[in-house]
Amino acid sequence: MFAQASLPVVRPEIVWEGLAPLMILGAGALLIVMFRSVVKQLPVAATGQAIPAVGAMTVVGMWAAHGLAGTEVAFAATRSDVGDGAYYVGLAVAMGLGAVSARSLRIGLDAALASAVGLVALAATFGLWNGRFGASGAFGALGDQYGIDGFALVITGVIAASVVLVSFLLDDYLRREGIDGVEMYVLMLFSAAGGVVMAGANDLIVLFLGLETLSIAVYVMAAMHSRRSESQEAGLKYFVLGAFASAFLLYGIALVYGATGSTNLIEIRFFLDAIVLIDNGLLMVGFAMLLVGLGFKVAAAPFHAWTPDVYQGAPTPVVAFMASVVKAAGFAAIVRVFMVTFGDYAADWQPAVYGLALLTLVVGSFMAIVQRDAKRMLAYSSISHAGFILVGVQAASPEGVNAVAFYAVAYTFLVIGSFGVLSLVSGQGDRSTSLDDLDGLSTRRPALAFALTIFLLAQAGVPLTSGFVAKFEVIGAAVEARSYWLALAAMVTAVVSAFLYLRIILSIYLGQAADDAPAIHVPRTAGVAIAIAVAVTIVFGVLPGELDSITREAIPQLVAAG
Amino acid sequence: MQSLLAASSASVSFPVLTTIVVLPLIGAITLLVLPKNREGYFKEVAFLFAVATAGIATWVMLEFDKSSAADMQFVDSWTWIESLGISWSLGLDGISLWLVVLTVALFPLAIIAIEAEHTPKAYYAWLLVLEAGCLGVFLALDLFAFFVFFEIVLVPMYFLIGQWGHGERAYAATKFFVYTMFGSALMLVGILATAFLTAAETGNPVTFDLVTLAETQALATNTARWIFLSFAVAFAVKVPLFPVHTWLPDAHTNAPTAGSVILAGVMLKLGTYGFLRFGIYLFPEAAVFFAPALVALGTIGIIYGAIAATMQKDLKRLVAYSSVAHLGFIVIGTFALNTEGMSGGLLQMVNHGISTGALFLLVGWLYDRRHTREIAKLGGLQKPAPIFAAVFMVVMLSSIGVPGMNGFVGEFLALLGAFAAFRWWAIVAAAGVIIAALYLLWAYQRVFHGPVEGDNADMADLTWSEGAVILPFLIAIFFMGLYPKPVLERIEPAVDALISHVEANVDDFEEPEADVMPSVDLDHLNHGDDHGDDPDHEEEDH
Repeated sequence: MFAQASLPVVRPEIVWEGLAPLMILGAGALLIVMFRSVVKQLPVAATGQAIPAVGAMTVVGMWAAHGLAGTEVAFAATRSDVGDGAYYVGLAVAMGLGAVSARSLRIGLDAALASAVGLVALAATFGLWNGRFGASGAFGALGDQYGIDGFALVITGVIAASVVLVSFLLDDYLRREGIDGVEMYVLMLFSAAGGVVMAGANDLIVLFLGLETLSIAVYVMAAMHSRRSESQEAGLKYFVLGAFASAFLLYGIALVYGATGSTNLIEIRFFLDAIVLIDNGLLMVGFAMLLVGLGFKVAAAPFHAWTPDVYQGAPTPVVAFMASVVKAAGFAAIVRVFMVTFGDYAADWQPAVYGLALLTLVVGSFMAIVQRDAKRMLAYSSISHAGFILVGVQAASPEGVNAVAFYAVAYTFLVIGSFGVLSLVSGQGDRSTSLDDLDGLSTRRPALAFALTIFLLAQAGVPLTSGFVAKFEVIGAAVEARSYWLALAAMVTAVVSAFLYLRIILSIYLGQAADDAPAIHVPRTAGVAIAIAVAVTIVFGVLPGELDSITREAIPQLVAAG
Repeated sequence: MQSLLAASSASVSFPVLTTIVVLPLIGAITLLVLPKNREGYFKEVAFLFAVATAGIATWVMLEFDKSSAADMQFVDSWTWIESLGISWSLGLDGISLWLVVLTVALFPLAIIAIEAEHTPKAYYAWLLVLEAGCLGVFLALDLFAFFVFFEIVLVPMYFLIGQWGHGERAYAATKFFVYTMFGSALMLVGILATAFLTAAETGNPVTFDLVTLAETQALATNTARWIFLSFAVAFAVKVPLFPVHTWLPDAHTNAPTAGSVILAGVMLKLGTYGFLRFGIYLFPEAAVFFAPALVALGTIGIIYGAIAATMQKDLKRLVAYSSVAHLGFIVIGTFALNTEGMSGGLLQMVNHGISTGALFLLVGWLYDRRHTREIAKLGGLQKPAPIFAAVFMVVMLSSIGVPGMNGFVGEFLALLGAFAAFRWWAIVAAAGVIIAALYLLWAYQRVFHGPVEGDNADMADLTWSEGAVILPFLIAIFFMGLYPKPVLERIEPAVDALISHVEANVDDFEEPEADVMPSVDLDHLNHGDDHGDDPDHEEEDH
């Protein structure tokens, strides 16, 4: 009976550098939690030096990660150009700059550590992009289970960048709300690691593991504001519905396994390429279940109902994280499972995605205009953005993948920026999130008002912002795939959404601030995060060529090891 | 030596058109970084940048080679987004030249004419951004770049109306933005369809280059008609054509004076220019096909706008509705698809910018003095302000289209062209000229004649500085009315080239010529009139 156990266990071939971003995020989270459980309070003597030290070590970490994940040490060409001495002097100068900028950010220790992990992961992603991936293309990193391709790297980069920006937003927020502690950052890093797993998963089970790691951490993060009942409610709601959706996903995986005989995407793809199913009912139901499970994560209608409540109740920086990382990872999974693995069956799932996209766009844009709460408005607008990305998925073409990747990158910065501003405006306890609370923001905080205006205009798709180019690419993909009516519908709902954004802008510029409106405190870290988001939005809007050429290389592939 | 100089000026390597577009933007950024406490300087700085832009544009106008007015001159072209075949490509021909000149002339005047009511820094910065956007639209030779400019102008105008407007400004600003964005949303799909489908038909890489796409003409007839329609909706909203004009009276009435001047003077032309440059050039067959419908809408606009203007109680709203009527003339001239009509339409674009711009300016000054624009509350202003009244009279007559002034030449040519192509619509449209005389003269009579009562008696006359602002308008009115040749001789070759493009690409289309001999043009007339339901023609398409 147990004789089978003696079958030789085949060790999967592991390419460690391919796992670098994932390991950095996961190990970083573990190290931080270990460190903070030992050192609860820094010794007084060390408080002044800790932050600059983290800054300097971040630079070293980035340098090392870029070098280790790439095939050569970082900036090898520069090194041979300037000689060893100057190279190390350069590194020392960079460390100094890191120390100084960390200090001048006035960032807390936990946030500094978390953002350091994010930055190092980002550097490792760049290292991979320039290194092994750049040299020889996609490769399997963990047997057939986990692959590194351009698309996975772009999503990984997005997730790592989000971790950095959200840490900046969280820093002052947690102190303001009196829920300071390392838990939030650690959960965020675990969640991000789950997202990275999803981005490169080549097996439905691995995908599921990534999704659960991502989700469970976010459920807790949503409920983290323990003194706010809305936050608790949001966490519970998200958890119950999320678990329900996970069940759908799992059942879908089971059905696809039943239909194809494997959970491995490479083998499924191979099977579907080679064999024409006469009775594909099982597979179709599997598609539908998978679409429900993943549609829930990206908040596509009709699986969106949790979004407004959870977004409104959860701590605002956590919402920024949910809307960026969870969405990006969800779409990464949709792209890999549907556009790549089930590519042969595009004609079967395209109509479903068509309907899903249409419904999501309509629900997202029309429901948004009747809201009175800015956070709810942005929640619905994030639904309509999911609809836009689904339009790109529906195209089922390389152009569509490029559009999805571009949109994911652009939207991540937009949404982190928008919720970043809201988290500052909403004040203690996230109370002031109604539209009236934004009244007269232009006179109270002109720079914040300007930033929010840029984000809103970009979300509306006004040219010279990244949001416009993203929409342009999505509509281009839809038109190229001859989905004219979907493209037209998407643009019309974009106009409806524009009405919503204009309403917010009107409050900002024309509204009169109430006399007792609380002063808005803009901490340096959050200010920097918002400034970065503004800069990215404008730069990728005016000169989108660079990002476009990156997302064009971001081709999702299924690669076996070896 | 002479020839050497000529050669060097012809092949300018300096990106002069890019400078024209970017300079106002630099001005806007300069304003933003100027310290806030130097309030007094914002207007002057903005004016300086606008004048500098105008200076460069004047140089371009003088250097413009009229013997090749049909070709794109001063072309700047750089790759923008390589993978999509998008380039930053600007150029100027006889069609865009005068609109650029109009734009660079109106902006400094609008900036200097009226003080910002509050927050001058942002106000002038937005005006300069608006100028850059408008110039970009007139100069863009790439569909992506065109769309970017076409759409970006909404933002500054939205803020100008919303923040510095009067009355229901929030409503007006939102309506303006949403209406126009709706139109351009459809156009974006059209632009992408043009580029991707052309690439699919020809097998070439995707390009958004206007000239390449227009000369390729790879799209099937039916496809091209649908795409033309998506462009037409965007332009029709912008023009605005009946029945999508309703944003215009609200936007105009509630906008600050400078906003109204620019809205009427420049921004309405973005639509009519779009029809010429993009609609007709890219989709000649579809333009011929839809011409009767667009002429019909234009004519309805003329009559509707005129009647609506007659009934307005608010002087500014009256001028706004008169714009709807005037733009109708431009549309019927353009879609007459002959030299007279198109040149007349183009000339009328410039004329309308001058006359209506000046009218809005005068109404704005009137409002500043009297704090009302209601016609019933004004009266007898001729007595306290005779010069003001005289200037108003001149501008108004030019708007009516009295011979000897600019309005006449354009309207006459447009009607002449339309008469050759769509005789009955032209006859109806001509009635609009008469109603224009009615509502403007009647309004003048009620505002400036009659007994003076109350506050009206103390109204100040035109000041010297206001006179200096309005003087260029008056000069332009008479110059273009009496000697339009320098303008027309640069327009006509470009228009002719466009018409030959249409003739070359549409099988049985010939320019409906406006000859003096009726026997000659009867044949062509039938063509123009029956084009849409000609059975042979339909069969060929399918």
